[in-house]
Amino acid sequence: MMLRLDCLRAIYPDLEKCLVVTIMGALPAELQSLGHRPNFFYLQHAMGLASSTGLGLALSLPHQRVIVLDGDGSLLMNLGSLSTLARYKPKNLLHIVFDNESLLSVGGFPTATSTGTDLEAIARAAGIPKTCTVSTVEDFATVVHQAITHDGLQTIVAKVEAVGPKAFVTDLGLLENRFQFRRYIQSLTSKSS
Amino acid sequence: MPVSLENSQLIYRSLKSCGIQLLSALPETWLVHLIQIAEDDPQMTLVRLAKEEEGVGLSAGAHFAGAKSAMLMQNHGFLASINGIVSFAHLYKIPLLMLISYRGTFGERDPWQTQGGNVTEPLLRALSIPYSFLDAPDSVEKRIRQAHTLAESSLQPVALLLARDLMWVE
Repeated sequence: MMLRLDCLRAIYPDLEKCLVVTIMGALPAELQSLGHRPNFFYLQHAMGLASSTGLGLALSLPHQRVIVLDGDGSLLMNLGSLSTLARYKPKNLLHIVFDNESLLSVGGFPTATSTGTDLEAIARAAGIPKTCTVSTVEDFATVVHQAITHDGLQTIVAKVEAVGPKAFVTDLGLLENRFQFRRYIQSLTSKSS
Repeated sequence: MPVSLENSQLIYRSLKSCGIQLLSALPETWLVHLIQIAEDDPQMTLVRLAKEEEGVGLSAGAHFAGAKSAMLMQNHGFLASINGIVSFAHLYKIPLLMLISYRGTFGERDPWQTQGGNVTEPLLRALSIPYSFLDAPDSVEKRIRQAHTLAESSLQPVALLLARDLMWVE
């Protein structure tokens, strides 16, 4: 099975022009280990709300590509978000779910995806127009690249191993990250106007 | 339905005059006119939620994008949003303009609303969320403007409790 870090490395160049919202824990630590960028916002709590934040961004900035890097544990806490995303179908939103079947950051407790819950099927049934599940880095990089270069709401479930970095805290302050992210978006919108 | 259309229109006009462009909402009886007016307004992005806590994320995303937003919910929706308020809006200093229908207070006939009425203000105080009331037409526009100003200057959630006297015509 593939590593999330390898997946992130494979799509890292594609993230350069996108607004990226992540969940908390191992994922943002890994993304920062590849290099923080001002267009990355790490939601280091409020589990489940990364997808809702991505929706708020995508609806408010319809010409800006938005990527949510979600996880199985987080998405399971806010499954209703899939129905809300599907209801408004922002063309500029890509929803990626790293499914390691585990609440890794709190000690590795198995989530319901370890006993058969299929997040891609839930996303499809919620009305997300395009969905897929991938389990190799090559497939992941291909579908993400296609999704970024074409319009349309999509949920990509990436099945990954339940491993992560040793530590999750980085030297980037939460508020520093938040204000930098907003300034980055302001610089984009002032350029385009 | 004895929900005041006139006062719903007044609230909506006041939100518009603050520049609100995105409204997240979950229907409840007192909010039906407000949500319908938003639905009929092509300039408003109305997001109908599955659960109120999603609205915290929506408003945060809108704020990052430079768009002004507000949230419409019942007080039980506020209860359902508390983790999002604390671990997103407070943690990351996100302005929220929350319009909360204040069910379960004097005059409430629905038994199922009554517990939420008892705890709404104590919880707002416990969370240090500044709040005021929309309870009379002549102060609605000013209160909404003031609440919005405080949310934006302090970068924190601010609540307006929509009172029975304003919303319900008996």
